[in-house]
Amino acid sequence: MIDAVGNPQSVLLLGGTSEIGLATVEAFAVDRPLRVVLAARPSERLDAARVRLEKLGCAVETLPFDARATDTHADVVHKAFAGGDVDVAIVAFGVLGDNEQAWTDVAAAVELAQVNYTAAVSVGVALGGRMREQGHGALVALSSVAGERARRSNFVYGSTKAGMDAFYSGLTEALRPHGVHVTVVRPGFVHTRMTEGMKPAPFSTTPDAVAAVVVDAVRNQRELVWAPAPLRFVMSALRHLPRAVFRRLPA
Amino acid sequence: MSSADPIAADPMATDSTASLHGWGRTAPSTARVVVPRSADDVAAAIAAAGPRGIIARGLGRSYGDPSQNAGGTVLDMTGLGVVHSIDADSGRVVVDAGVSLDTLMRRALPFGLWLPVLAGTRQVTVGGAIGADIHGKAHHLVGSFGNHVESIRLVVGDGSVRELTPDGEDSELFWATVGGMGLTGVIVAATLRLHHVETAYFTVDTEQIDNLDDLMARQMIDDESYAESVSWFDAVTTGAHFGRGLLMRGNHATAAELPPKLRRDPLKFDAPQLLTVPDVFPPGLLNRFTAKLFSELWYRKSPTRSGAIQNITQFLHPLDILGEWNRGYGPRGFLQYQFVVPIERDDVIRTVLERMSAAGKVSALNVLKRFGAANRAPLSFPKPGWTMCVDIPVGPGLGALCDELDALVLDAGGRHYLAKESRTSPEAIRRGYPRLDEWRKVRDAADPGGIFTSDMSRRLELTHS
Repeated sequence: MIDAVGNPQSVLLLGGTSEIGLATVEAFAVDRPLRVVLAARPSERLDAARVRLEKLGCAVETLPFDARATDTHADVVHKAFAGGDVDVAIVAFGVLGDNEQAWTDVAAAVELAQVNYTAAVSVGVALGGRMREQGHGALVALSSVAGERARRSNFVYGSTKAGMDAFYSGLTEALRPHGVHVTVVRPGFVHTRMTEGMKPAPFSTTPDAVAAVVVDAVRNQRELVWAPAPLRFVMSALRHLPRAVFRRLPA
Repeated sequence: MSSADPIAADPMATDSTASLHGWGRTAPSTARVVVPRSADDVAAAIAAAGPRGIIARGLGRSYGDPSQNAGGTVLDMTGLGVVHSIDADSGRVVVDAGVSLDTLMRRALPFGLWLPVLAGTRQVTVGGAIGADIHGKAHHLVGSFGNHVESIRLVVGDGSVRELTPDGEDSELFWATVGGMGLTGVIVAATLRLHHVETAYFTVDTEQIDNLDDLMARQMIDDESYAESVSWFDAVTTGAHFGRGLLMRGNHATAAELPPKLRRDPLKFDAPQLLTVPDVFPPGLLNRFTAKLFSELWYRKSPTRSGAIQNITQFLHPLDILGEWNRGYGPRGFLQYQFVVPIERDDVIRTVLERMSAAGKVSALNVLKRFGAANRAPLSFPKPGWTMCVDIPVGPGLGALCDELDALVLDAGGRHYLAKESRTSPEAIRRGYPRLDEWRKVRDAADPGGIFTSDMSRRLELTHS
């Protein structure tokens, strides 16, 4: 259960090696040790994440999870709930891909769409079902400002995030009557492995800063947040720029 | 469905889905709400409950989550609301569990009968009062609610009805049910023993005491000569007047003590409610400035005076004059932090106040009382010592502060009151209630299937270790 001051007792991270996801779990665990389920493909990075959380006093379980294998998702989610209620579930997996390859190569485009959109929808349906049964819980979806308006430089990634963002925004309404709170998080440029070597965009941020936004959003049951917060207004302005102006902006 | 008024929304409904929260308005969850009208209805609801179990709910005055059951069934017990009998001579009353203490008082007072244990509000049900083993300002003399219960009718896990008495065959289950937070079964009725009074009024002595040490010292000296005793203190003022407060103590007035005007109807139930607080307050309304103002006014309103005649609202329930006053804390809700520490650890009271002050948390409603003897119930909260209660609006840093206070309380051999609890850890409850495992054994025998479950029992791991 999430208590009166917003401390959860258990967290499920889908995309168990996601830097933003792990930073969020740690931000919760600093106040109170948690039962954590990390769902990801087995890797050294996953083992390291487990060790780090165990040092904070968390009880950590890892589950093999492959975003591409949608037919296994219901089973993975079922296993994640086997140890008791899941108070916070974070959908944190995703790939950035190479935009030039993605819009010219069918296989690359489908890969992006499957991981970022299809798989996110698939686990969303499975998580929604379990959380509806338990009558409480917070579901966090890591979207992106890239989904708010497609840009030439990363529109394939942006289109997948636009789709998952719309799905979770709708799920927010569908799960509301069942006592489940969904939060859609739209980070801007975050310094992670995913963006290593790229030129940071304005308002760039860090996994820890995004984690703080997520924790605050869960505690206050906010349904849509930007990280950092001013991006909300930046993106609102960008969405309304005429195309002729928008395409001239630096990539 | 609105979460502010979840159950009363449709009095004719017997089955609906609702978002429920406690009096602190924090951590709501969704459950199927069933309104039973008989013990048979209760048994049927237990039989029909799914894997998420079932829990009874009264008037929702617990601050946290003991009467919520996310994804499961919640029994709205107010449908069982009959006062079956009142025996003026013995003081014995037989009531359904859903009867409120307010209703019971109104019905019993004309017979010269008074409920010996009243909490800070009368808006609790008899079932809830037993389940939380509530206490009041008379604890130092009469103990808690369970001490005045002669029998309990309890529907257990298999749907059968058990008659429990404090010393009979089922006495273990009786005492596990007292303070058992509804987790031993569903209380459907009880027999209580009330006290005889001549009037519905109190003769009250109020003392303004300008620092915490003196406030506590006074309660050590002559509390026993008062039927009711409580102190309110100021948690904002620092320095030499740190913890200044009002010591308010009283006895039931005799008819001869009343002024002629009141003597005409000495048992009149005089409990006005002026207005209901609207649900419009922004967060942050209670801050250092408003708390200071409130503390100053509250302290000044009651100069030292003895022998004043006061009605029940003036003396025992000053907050009941405002309906739904919890809305004043704004949409994020608040928590009430209440604990007891042994008498010799009065230093903890001071340290807790200092830590709160250092963390910038302000509380306007602060109560300090000396408890008398504990009863036999393993999960009953009161035990000999000091109990302190503060109200704090939910905001950043509150969780960490409370964790720090928990350590102080538990290290001193203290514990927390489950009816107020909304955020501590299972470990804190295990430490504070060393008889938890003994209670679990009795509970499990009455409910082997583990059907009685609440958000609180899940959060604090009360029903399984």
